[in-house]
Amino acid sequence: MVASGLQTFTENLRALPRTVRASIVRHGAPYSDRSRSQAVFGNLFLHIHATRTHVRSLGFTATFGLGVAAFSFFLILLASGVVLMVYYTPSTELAYASMKDIHFVVPGGRLIRNLHRWAGHLMVVVVMLHMGRVFYSASYKAPREFNWVLGMALFVTTLALSFTGYLLPWDQLAFWAITIGANIAASPRELTDALGVTQYFDVGGFQKEILLGAREVGQGALTRFYLLHVIVLPLALVTLVAVHFWRIRKDGGLGRPGGAPTAAGKGADTGAQPTPPTDAPTKTFGLMCVVRDQAPATGQTSDDTVPSWPYLMRAELLVFMVCVLISVLLGMAFDAPLKEMANASIPENPAKAPWYFLGLQEMVSYSAFMGGLLIPAIVVLGLTLIPYLDREPEEAGVYFSGALGRQTARASLLFGLVAAVLSVAIPVRFGWIRSWFPSAPQLLIILINPGSLLTLAYAGWSVRVLRRTASTRMAAIALFTCFVAGFAVMTYVGTYLRGPNWDFFWSRADWPTH
Amino acid sequence: MPARLEPDPIPRRDFLGLAGTWAAMIAIGGSILGMLRLPKPSVLPEKGSRVRLGRPEDLPAGGAQVVPEHNVLVLADARGVAAVSLVCSHLGCIVKQTEGGFSCPCHGSVFGRQGEVTGGPAPSGLKWLAVSRAVDGRLSVDTEREVPPGTFLEV
Repeated sequence: MVASGLQTFTENLRALPRTVRASIVRHGAPYSDRSRSQAVFGNLFLHIHATRTHVRSLGFTATFGLGVAAFSFFLILLASGVVLMVYYTPSTELAYASMKDIHFVVPGGRLIRNLHRWAGHLMVVVVMLHMGRVFYSASYKAPREFNWVLGMALFVTTLALSFTGYLLPWDQLAFWAITIGANIAASPRELTDALGVTQYFDVGGFQKEILLGAREVGQGALTRFYLLHVIVLPLALVTLVAVHFWRIRKDGGLGRPGGAPTAAGKGADTGAQPTPPTDAPTKTFGLMCVVRDQAPATGQTSDDTVPSWPYLMRAELLVFMVCVLISVLLGMAFDAPLKEMANASIPENPAKAPWYFLGLQEMVSYSAFMGGLLIPAIVVLGLTLIPYLDREPEEAGVYFSGALGRQTARASLLFGLVAAVLSVAIPVRFGWIRSWFPSAPQLLIILINPGSLLTLAYAGWSVRVLRRTASTRMAAIALFTCFVAGFAVMTYVGTYLRGPNWDFFWSRADWPTH
Repeated sequence: MPARLEPDPIPRRDFLGLAGTWAAMIAIGGSILGMLRLPKPSVLPEKGSRVRLGRPEDLPAGGAQVVPEHNVLVLADARGVAAVSLVCSHLGCIVKQTEGGFSCPCHGSVFGRQGEVTGGPAPSGLKWLAVSRAVDGRLSVDTEREVPPGTFLEV
C-alpha cells in the first residue's frame, strides 16, 4: 500500500492551493447573491456591513463618503505611523535628530512623514464634515442617538490624537504649542485663584501634572504624549470605531427618507407583546431569497437593495483610493514643517497651535479658562446632547429637513458670522474690560469676555428660533450653524490675522521684522 | 405581603452568585483605581528650583536686570533686592522686555516694569519669587516659591 499512500500525498499536494483557499474562505466565488451574502457575513471584517445595502445609501450625496474617508485617513495614519515608529525615538535628546533622519536620510521617510501629517489634518477636516453631514441630514434621530454620542467621542479622540502627535517632533512649534496646551489644562487655577481656593482644590495643577508628569514640558511629557499617541488613543479609537460601525448596521443602516424599517431598529423594544415561539420559520424574506441562488424578482423592486458585495465594497474602496491619492499628492507637494529644536527659554512668536485649535487660541487670548476649557466643554456637551434634546420625529436623510430648515440655516449662518466678526473686531478696535477699567476684578474679566458673550449670543439666537418655529430641530439647526460660523471665523482670524504678540494684522506682510 | 423587616429569603445560590460577582467587580475596580494612581508623580523629575545669581553689590543700583538663563528679572533699589519670574501668568510663555515693561509673545499680555498686569488675558501679574542670601553672599532665587509682590530682601 506504499504506492497508494504516496499517491494520496501527491494528490493532496496538488490540491494544496484549492484546499488551503477552501479552508480560509468559507464559501464559493461570489457570483451569486447567495455567495455574495456569504462573502459578507462569513468574514469577520466584512460582516460589520449588512449583506444588502439600500441603493440610496450608495448615492454620493447621501454621505459624500465622509465616514469612510475619515476611516481611510485613519488607516493611512496607522500604516504610516507604524513605519515612522521604526526610526522615531521618544527622547528629548534624540527626538529632534530622529525627525531630521526621517526627513533627510531614511528611504522614503520624508514622503511617509508628510503623508502622516497630511492624513492627520485631513482626518480632522473630514471628521468635522462628517459631523456636519450627519447633523444636517437629521441622521442622529432615533434610533441613532447613541451613535451620534459615539461619533462625538470619536471626534474628541481624533483631536486628542492630533494634539499628542504635535509634541513628538520636539521642535519649537511643538514645545510651545504643548506648553500652552498644558497651561490651558492648568487654567482652572485662574478661577480657583480668583475665588481664593487654589490651595484646597487645585484641579488645574492636578491636570497639568498628570499630563506632563512634571512642572514643565520635558522628558516626562514626551513619554506620556508618545504613549498616548501610539497606543492608548489609537486603541480607544479602534474600539469606538468598531462600535460606531456596528451600530450603523444595528440601527437599520444609513438614515434615508421613507426608510420604514429604521423605526426602531432590529431587536429594539417596540412595545409589542412577545409572540410565543412556534415552529414557523423566523427567517426574514431577505434571507429567504438568498437561500436559493436566484433572487426572486419581486424582492428586488420592493426593498431597493443590492448585495453589499461588491457594490458597497467597491464604493468604499473608491473612497479609500481617493483618500490615498489626495494624501500622497499633498505629501509630495508640501513638506511637513520642522522648526528649530525645542528651546525652553525662547518662545516662538507667534506660537500657534494646529489650525483647528486656533479658534480656541483666539478665545484663549481673552481668558485661558473660559476660552480654553469651559466654552469648549459646553460646546462638546451641547453637541453630544443634541439627539436627546431634539427628539422630533423627522425623516432622516433630508438635508436641513426641508425649506424652513434651509432658511433657518441661512439666517443663522449670517447671524453667526456677523456676531463672530463683531466679537473679534470690537476688542481689536476698542480694547476690552482691562483696557477700560484697569482695576476690574479678575472674576469679571474671566466671565465676561468676547468668547463667552458670543456663546451667549448664539444660545439666545437659538432660543429665538425655537420660540418662532416651535421646533427643536430648527433651534438645533440654528445653534449648530452658528457654531460652525463662529468656528470658521475664529479659526480664520487665529490662522491668518494674528501675528507676533497675538496682535492683529491684515496680512502677514505687515508683521514687524526683527 | 413581605414586610420590610422580614423580606423574602434570597435563595442561597442567588446570594452566593451575587456576592461573587460583586466581589469580582470590586476587585477589578480597585485594581484599576490603584493603577490610575501611578501616572501622578510623587517626586517631580526636575532640577532644584533654586538658582544662584550674582552678589547684590554687583547689581546696577536702582535698576532692573534680566537674567535670561533663569527667566528671572532682578530688581534692586533702596528697599533691597527682589526677583520677578518672566514666565507669563497666562499660559507659560516667556515674556519679552519692552520700553514700558514686559509683553508676552503668545497672547499679548502686557506687564509693567515690576510685573503688574496692564493688559491682555493674563489673570495676574508676574510672580514675585522668594530671594535669599546664600552663605557665599550671592543671591539665591527659588523659582517655585511665590511671595507677595513688593517683597524686597534688604541687603
